[in-house]
Amino acid sequence: MTNLVEISDLNFGYNDRLVLKGINLAVPKGSLVAIMGLSGCGKTTLLRLIGGQLRAREGSVKVAGYELNHIGQRDLYALRRRLGMLFQFGALFTDLSVYDNVAFQMREHTDLPESVIRDLTLMKLNAVGLRGVQSLMPSELSGGMARRVALARATALDPELILYDEPFAGLDPISLGVIGQLIRRLNDVLGATSVLVTHDVQESLKIVDYVYFVSEGVIVAQGTPDEIRASHLPFVHQFVWGEVDGPLPFHYPAQTIQNDLGLRGG
Amino acid sequence: MPMDATLRGIRLVGERTLRIVERVGATVAFLGLTLAQSATSFRRFGLVIREIFYAGVQSLIIILVSGLFVGMVLGLQGHETLQNYGSEQSVGVLVALSLVRELGPVVSALLFASRAGSAITAEIGLMKATEQLSAMEMMAVSPISRVVAPRFWGGVFSMPVLAMLFSAMGIIGGFLVSVVVIGVDDGAFWSQMQAAVDFRHDIVNGIIKSVVFGIAISAIATFEGYEAPPTAEGVSGATTRTVVSSSLAILALDLVMTAFMLKGWN
Repeated sequence: MTNLVEISDLNFGYNDRLVLKGINLAVPKGSLVAIMGLSGCGKTTLLRLIGGQLRAREGSVKVAGYELNHIGQRDLYALRRRLGMLFQFGALFTDLSVYDNVAFQMREHTDLPESVIRDLTLMKLNAVGLRGVQSLMPSELSGGMARRVALARATALDPELILYDEPFAGLDPISLGVIGQLIRRLNDVLGATSVLVTHDVQESLKIVDYVYFVSEGVIVAQGTPDEIRASHLPFVHQFVWGEVDGPLPFHYPAQTIQNDLGLRGG
Repeated sequence: MPMDATLRGIRLVGERTLRIVERVGATVAFLGLTLAQSATSFRRFGLVIREIFYAGVQSLIIILVSGLFVGMVLGLQGHETLQNYGSEQSVGVLVALSLVRELGPVVSALLFASRAGSAITAEIGLMKATEQLSAMEMMAVSPISRVVAPRFWGGVFSMPVLAMLFSAMGIIGGFLVSVVVIGVDDGAFWSQMQAAVDFRHDIVNGIIKSVVFGIAISAIATFEGYEAPPTAEGVSGATTRTVVSSSLAILALDLVMTAFMLKGWN
């Protein structure tokens, strides 16, 4: 199976702080791959590098044959027309209705007549079960509904690669299950490839084909959901089963509490 | 040490000056980028019309009411001063020239910066903070051409119309006070105004000023919004900077243009 995304020996940092160190990762065509890790571990940065929003310092990021470290603006936009991205809280355009949000890319990138755009938009909204809210504004939607509309918008042009940034964040259990199933179904129905950045272990392991674990900018584990569940690696075990203490301590490194409180003998 | 304090003072002034120069340079570069990506705005003029409505039409009430009051005050003050010289019949000339040359363009620009400029900055800043601009980028749509340029041109087109309406309402206000209330001869009011106000040197120069103010306010407002840190504090700071920078720019540009206009641009 060929890879749609290939990352090799990637280093990336902000100023002097290295966020990602020596990352090697591949996403085969048609698969749904999750990148998991704690908040601040560098997984969203990795997603932004795949989307071309950031450029790597060293190493290679290849998406659909394009080397993103040296890509020009024209090629980047050509590539992005083949991508869809779901942002953490949807990032719906607040001055446009639900219908106009989903139709946005079709109007920007195609010469389709409005009647065809209407049919396609309603089909996309139907696929996420929200045809009935087409005339509402984003401010009138619940968090889960906004995420589903954003999903319809992200898949408006049937993208080859769909990027998901924390799609489960802040959702109730029912919305969480709905979004999870939609992500899996859309990936299969569209024949797309998906990269999912999340820290929601249980929901993700139900739907993904492969998982990469990132900790402190390094891939520390990888495998299929079954392999991950059965893993005895201390970090993976702690993360998957939500244990309070383990390789990742409960306390952030600091001087002793006696010192902080100014107690004698600290 | 007095020497150290002096050096610190000089360094502080130098740093602030450099920051201001850097900011002005960045705003001008951003203006260049906006102009270079304005083709979409003219190809799809509906986008600009929408912004003219939000920036221009919705500023009408404050502009018209302020114009009326400013004209009334000019009528009162002008009559009071001119009657000392027995020239109260010339109050129409004083009102009209003050308005079309200076007060119309300048006061309407200050009001426009507070009402519409701050709104443009807040809107773009919030779009950035909620990742709407990033979402647009990921859809291969340039936020500069789709969001910034229509708002820029909406402001540029609205400003001269608002300035003219401000001056017209001011003249009506001056007429109401000096002719209707105080009793200046209405024939003298209008005929002296007609004889003294030159279309090229007074009215056209006033319009030129308002176009320049429109460019300055729109460039500052869109730049500040686009560069706003994506936090509540960042957006509020950007909104304040828009009003302060626009007001100073309007007054400084007015001085420069008035100096050139009085010398006939030679």
